[in-house]
Amino acid sequence: MECYLDNSATTPVCAEAAEAVSDALLHNWGNPSSLYRKGMQAEDILISAREAIADRLYCRPEEVFFTSGGTESNNIAILGTASAMRRYGSRIVISSVEHSSVEESARTLETQGFEVVRLPVGPDGIVPAEAIARAVNRNTILVSVMAVNNEVGAIQPVQQIRRAVRAAGAPAVIHCDAVQAFGKLPGLRPGAMGVDLMSVSAHKVHGPKGAGALYVRGGYKKGGSSVRVSPRTFGGLQEGTLRPGTEPVPAIAGFGAAVRALPDTDEAFVHVSQLRDHLLEGLAAIDGITVNSPPDALPYIVNISTGVNSEPMMNFLSRREIYVSSGSACAKGHKSRVLRSMGLPDAAIASALRVSFSHETTHAMIDMFLDALADGKRSIRTARR
Amino acid sequence: MDMKEVILLKNGEIALKGLNRRSFEDKMIKNLRYRLSRFGSWQFSAAQSTVTAIPGDDVADLDAAADACGKVFGFVGYSKALMTDKDMDVIRAVTGDYLEDALRAAKTFKVCARRADKKFPFTSPEICMEMGGVLLSRFPHLSVDVHNPDLTVNIEVRDRAAFIHGNQLKGAGGLPTGSAGKAAVLISGGIDSPVAAWMMAKRGLEIEAVHFASPPYTSERAEKKVHDLLGRVAQYSGRIRLHVVPFTELQEAIRDNCPEELFTILMRRYMMRIAQTIAEQNDCGALITGESVGQVASQTLYALACTDEAVSMPVFRPLIGMDKNEVIEISRRIDTFELSILPYEDCCTVFTPKHPRTHPKLYYVQQAENLLESERLCSEAIAGTRTLTIRAH
Repeated sequence: MECYLDNSATTPVCAEAAEAVSDALLHNWGNPSSLYRKGMQAEDILISAREAIADRLYCRPEEVFFTSGGTESNNIAILGTASAMRRYGSRIVISSVEHSSVEESARTLETQGFEVVRLPVGPDGIVPAEAIARAVNRNTILVSVMAVNNEVGAIQPVQQIRRAVRAAGAPAVIHCDAVQAFGKLPGLRPGAMGVDLMSVSAHKVHGPKGAGALYVRGGYKKGGSSVRVSPRTFGGLQEGTLRPGTEPVPAIAGFGAAVRALPDTDEAFVHVSQLRDHLLEGLAAIDGITVNSPPDALPYIVNISTGVNSEPMMNFLSRREIYVSSGSACAKGHKSRVLRSMGLPDAAIASALRVSFSHETTHAMIDMFLDALADGKRSIRTARR
Repeated sequence: MDMKEVILLKNGEIALKGLNRRSFEDKMIKNLRYRLSRFGSWQFSAAQSTVTAIPGDDVADLDAAADACGKVFGFVGYSKALMTDKDMDVIRAVTGDYLEDALRAAKTFKVCARRADKKFPFTSPEICMEMGGVLLSRFPHLSVDVHNPDLTVNIEVRDRAAFIHGNQLKGAGGLPTGSAGKAAVLISGGIDSPVAAWMMAKRGLEIEAVHFASPPYTSERAEKKVHDLLGRVAQYSGRIRLHVVPFTELQEAIRDNCPEELFTILMRRYMMRIAQTIAEQNDCGALITGESVGQVASQTLYALACTDEAVSMPVFRPLIGMDKNEVIEISRRIDTFELSILPYEDCCTVFTPKHPRTHPKLYYVQQAENLLESERLCSEAIAGTRTLTIRAH
């Protein structure tokens, strides 16, 4: 049996999404901008997908803009806001554990004269709310903090940002990378959380790769939006000109179908919490395992250190068709930024594994993983130091 | 005769060969034919230290083909050239058009004529004078510099046709691959071994490769990286047969049973032994490694001596006296550097001891080997070896 426990990297496409993609490819291949019926049928797919995502985010469909995925959503949010807000200030506040699509965008802005403040995380992987309040000043034009960290699952205090921004009298736009939280974190509602922009992605929720969305509070209109953000690409009138280009209807159809097929967020949360508890119990019975995720992390992500270097352990598991990811991106030097920010010792970082669930994960898969992990710890030799 | 754009390749060292020059030349043309086959059909002719590659009608990308020519060992220079009638009027008429871009970009130029066909009514100096005048009047911004020109306009009048071309590009040099026999390179995935393989291929050796894989300590990606590295070397050397040896059990046995500080030297010796057996089975006359004196603990003079003692075949170490920077320079040139630095564990980094012995004594090393079932472990590793063919990519 294949045992896929790397659902934070990507998820298998669900049958509903695959069918929707196939239908759009084979039958509804029209250009949604065309005036005739074939075009309108393709446009109907976009409308329906947009509604599905809006329903999940408790927002209006007009506030959902399709992109090619999480990276593009984050790029538009960071670069587009900086460009539109330039005259109001120059400080950008992000966390030190953001996804590279946020971090690298911010770094590019640094070279253009923006001041980027990176908030450190505590030993629990969480950005302290006070740190946000301290970092935001009148000159701050953007605050971007992820909802859930992708490596350890730490839930960030995103709903505290609005208060900090208001207290500082900052003009800041608030962005939240919710790629790991969408469909998983109960209460993920940008409106209620005081968030202006929110990034989500299809392939993390059993949809196809190549589709994502950016929530823009109040919608986007060229020159007249309540949230100041400007496009990064230019062309036709699609997506209100925020993201021009003929829409990838098949991918978006799959995105919509996948979101509709997701179980209720709260119910899935309960199921996955049980999985997580089952895993933690099993891990406690194996010697020398430490858990790096904080106790109140999103249960979908469990980061552990096994005492055996990540790469051999991953290879060992992979030969048994068990797929997890190394907490550190790669061996040799590329140590995880997140685990380092949390102050973990080198040995723990070098042996980190990330196990990540979906609502489809079963207890049997976790048992398989636990058995293999114990075997791996027994048979994989480490250098004798 | 129709005018046609062709590629001229200049023979290197083999021009100095005596009676067996012909067999070297045949080998070079065979290698060239293989390497150019992906661009379409070609005719080749060899005369006066020059090979002419004449493209068939199906050859669409002459520039890419010329680039590929720059990677065939045995040729010191190459250039695209216009093949035309041996008629001074024609040469006068077409040279300016054919080399127009280069002539406009240059500030200084000279004309270099060679007349192999002594019946051609103009002598070489006459061709130079005549063409210099024609080009100067058409491109008045140019001036003549016979010592160090930006552009040399070459007019070669050969037996069957005349050839017009600009600056000659530097070829790969060396001797034609396969003209000097076959050797097996030990390749890990680092910077050095692909460079070592390339250097020996340059001297005419056909290359076999031996790679040691230690799953789960090394990943499938690490092996894929070796495929990709050899694919780059194969652009020069032609296809390479790769032998992948399962090495986990041997490494674990060394780690479990032998003194830690001898781990690296023991591993090297077993690698050499296994590589030698595979080399013998495949008609190789030597082993190639990327070692250089003093680079790491296993490459001290003492460690190298100790490694060599394990095998009887000659071991070629073309990087032996080179600095890391010099090796990196070559690896950039042959386009293996970026691949080499991909961060996967390889067999050499597994179980690295903290303080490896830099002055290993053969006696103790042999004693340590007696702790292992060396013969069984080696023959099992050889029996489990997979062989695949890597083509140029």
